[in-house]
Amino acid sequence: MKNIKVLGSGCRNCEITANVITLAAKQAGVDIQLEKITDIAAIMAYGVMSTPGVVVDGKLVHSGGIPGPDQVRSWVEG
Amino acid sequence: MFELFGNLVAFGLLRLSAESAAGAAVQFFVMDVSKIFVLLVIVIYLMGLLRALLSPEKVREFVRGRPDWQARSFAVTLGAVTPFCSCSSVPLFIGFVEAGIPLGVTFSFLIASPMINEVAAVILVGILGWKLAALYVGAGLLVAWFGGIVMQLFRPERWVEAYVWKIQMGQADLPEPDRSFARRHRYAVAEVREIVGRIWKWVLLGIGLGALFHGFVPEQWVGENLGGDAWYTVPAAVLTGIPLYSNATGVIPVAEAMLTKGVAVGTTLALMMSVAALSLPEMLILRKVIKWQALALFAGVLAVAFMLVGWGFNVIT
Repeated sequence: MKNIKVLGSGCRNCEITANVITLAAKQAGVDIQLEKITDIAAIMAYGVMSTPGVVVDGKLVHSGGIPGPDQVRSWVEG
Repeated sequence: MFELFGNLVAFGLLRLSAESAAGAAVQFFVMDVSKIFVLLVIVIYLMGLLRALLSPEKVREFVRGRPDWQARSFAVTLGAVTPFCSCSSVPLFIGFVEAGIPLGVTFSFLIASPMINEVAAVILVGILGWKLAALYVGAGLLVAWFGGIVMQLFRPERWVEAYVWKIQMGQADLPEPDRSFARRHRYAVAEVREIVGRIWKWVLLGIGLGALFHGFVPEQWVGENLGGDAWYTVPAAVLTGIPLYSNATGVIPVAEAMLTKGVAVGTTLALMMSVAALSLPEMLILRKVIKWQALALFAGVLAVAFMLVGWGFNVIT
């Protein structure tokens, strides 16, 4: 199962990003484990300064802003 | 064109008299709403197309390890052209500290960032003309530059929360972003939605206040009380701005109304800066990384700087 982390200290865009990912996984019929990382030290440990960031299976794939739909699809399916 | 539209709605459609307070207020409101929102969408979209090139991570790499004056120049300029939202000021602050960038430089960035941005600058030119826009941006850059230096004199390092020093930042190795036009277009559209969605309330509120001021506050009263002869109008403007929080764009229509009624330029600038840069929500966010002593100093330094700007311009003009 894929592990996807959304990095962000609870701003609105982070919520939206988490929702977009959950929805895309549901549409693709893929089971994912979604975590929200809100601890600032943990977020910075990924080298992210502009939230929300997205980490797929331990690898940072996105930072700063809500990701586009095709990006999200590639994370849950790829 | 926008003035015509305002006239059409206020005097044509609603049949208000151009001489009446309500007529003047409605005309102002319609004209500014249409003008500012059209400008907002165009500017944010165009900047969005270019913005793919800049991120806080890049800013940090750019500023780190430079001599003080260079670092400060970059920090102030980048703060001015990047409209990062206040929710990212904590990671920005930590990232700067972690990169060994002096705190004074970081404060310069934190001052410049909310006060000046290219969206507000373009709308300033559109509404108040390029002279006032240049004054505002120039004064803002000066305040950010010297504000950071003054902060540094107080050795603010002792007021940084202990955990900040311990954070180890990882190396972000993001895949090279797709720079095709289609992707950038989509990014720009998302930016327009996100930013307009965030600030439209402030802008409407600002235009509403501006319209009321424009329609209902008598010019003679303004001339006698806010004309710039009395020294206390400037500190009063700065104090008024602290509890009032708005986006830099939202204060522009208020400033427009004030200026056309004869409020002194310096007093108006002081209010604009205070509203845009000194805000309680921003302070509370920063409280997560610095102690209240540093926040009080930050607010104090800015308040004094805005008063100096206000008095300075009132004397010159």
